[in-house]
Amino acid sequence: MCLAIPAKVIQIDAAGSGKVDYLGTKVKVDFSLLDNVRTGDWVIVHAGFAITKLDEEEAQETLALLREIAQAQGE
Amino acid sequence: MKELRDGSITRALLGKIGRKTSGLDRPVRIMEVCGTHTMTIHRYGLKSLLEEAGVDMVSGPGCPVCITPNELHEACIDLVTKRRNFVLASFGDMTRVPTGKGSLQSAVPAPSSRVKIVYSPEEALALAEGNPAQEVVFFGVGFETTIPAIALTVKRAAEKRVPNFSVLTALWLIPPALRAILEAGETAVSGFLYPGHVSAIIGLEPYRFISEEYGVPGAVAGFEPNDILLAISAVLDQITEGRPGIYLEYGRVVTPRGNPVAQAVMEEMLEPRDALWRGLGRIPRSGLGLKDKYCTYDARTKYSLSLKEGSGDLPGCRCGEVLRGLISPPQCPLFGKKCGPDSPFGPCMVSFEGACFIYHKYGRGKESG
Repeated sequence: MCLAIPAKVIQIDAAGSGKVDYLGTKVKVDFSLLDNVRTGDWVIVHAGFAITKLDEEEAQETLALLREIAQAQGE
Repeated sequence: MKELRDGSITRALLGKIGRKTSGLDRPVRIMEVCGTHTMTIHRYGLKSLLEEAGVDMVSGPGCPVCITPNELHEACIDLVTKRRNFVLASFGDMTRVPTGKGSLQSAVPAPSSRVKIVYSPEEALALAEGNPAQEVVFFGVGFETTIPAIALTVKRAAEKRVPNFSVLTALWLIPPALRAILEAGETAVSGFLYPGHVSAIIGLEPYRFISEEYGVPGAVAGFEPNDILLAISAVLDQITEGRPGIYLEYGRVVTPRGNPVAQAVMEEMLEPRDALWRGLGRIPRSGLGLKDKYCTYDARTKYSLSLKEGSGDLPGCRCGEVLRGLISPPQCPLFGKKCGPDSPFGPCMVSFEGACFIYHKYGRGKESG
């Protein structure tokens, strides 16, 4: 099952594992499949591994597009 | 991120979609490939709202539990019931799939053997390291989303030389399955919603043949309701303009190139194989298996498993047709009668990503289809 909700990175150790906060629960995660993860990043976790990082700028673009569509409909 | 679920935006998007389909002279049928998309579409009632807006959504083969044929489950059941001192580690939903030999959950393990549910392949490896006197086999099932985790785990097992760990692989690739659906031509798909997290690994290029060779548009979508509607709207634009392509709606998670670290570990450990999918049949190069040099970690080699393709099919189960988008779950005579979430007859009723489970859960069992 894909967990579609992103988790926030709260701890990374030298070996590439660490913890994320997933909806308030601390979960052990392996970060070895990602380059350059930092504490505070948002990631998607699958089968115990973080598989991708969230891009804040891209997220904002999608949200802006959705707001535009709603506004155009209202006019 | 409330915009992703905002009702007024949902209505605006549905209005936009309705206006686009009313200008088309043919019905629009879009296949959502991923089971988690099916879940969102039904949880938020989008299936019927989209029908009203002129879009017929059909579920695809995007549930690994569902497309793994029963002979693989039966091989796992045989291993744990016939061998002593043996641990069969598996993701939870795989243990509930019914076969002619029962399920992993109902099977009675041999003395000192057991079935262990794990959430990660790493957990199975740790189990092997912690119990050197027991053989541990991980039932490694998944699409591109899960494959890198399994590949990396085998790589670590090889580096650490863990002799009592192996994987029974059932690793499936989405793009060849979509080619098979298009080649069969029986589903009349006007567009695809590509799976979000498979795409996070593989990027966009592996889908390119779908628009270029088959002229079928598509969009990579996120998992919130307005993600899905925005992606459908983009697919309709491609149909209207006669310019099929790949729209990336889920840019916050997917990059066009995908995840290069994950791709590298897959490349290093695995190679393409022809594979038999439940419902879709044998598809060239649609699976991955461990390379020869890692064969000591391949349960098929280690235990000389001979799997007879198609031998495990259950008579009466129509999961195969559901997976090809030929029938919707309520059209199966077993749906909601002999087959329900508490006593599933087929795998599509077992998995949270299975179309039958989702239709049943969200109460679309009353329709005739």
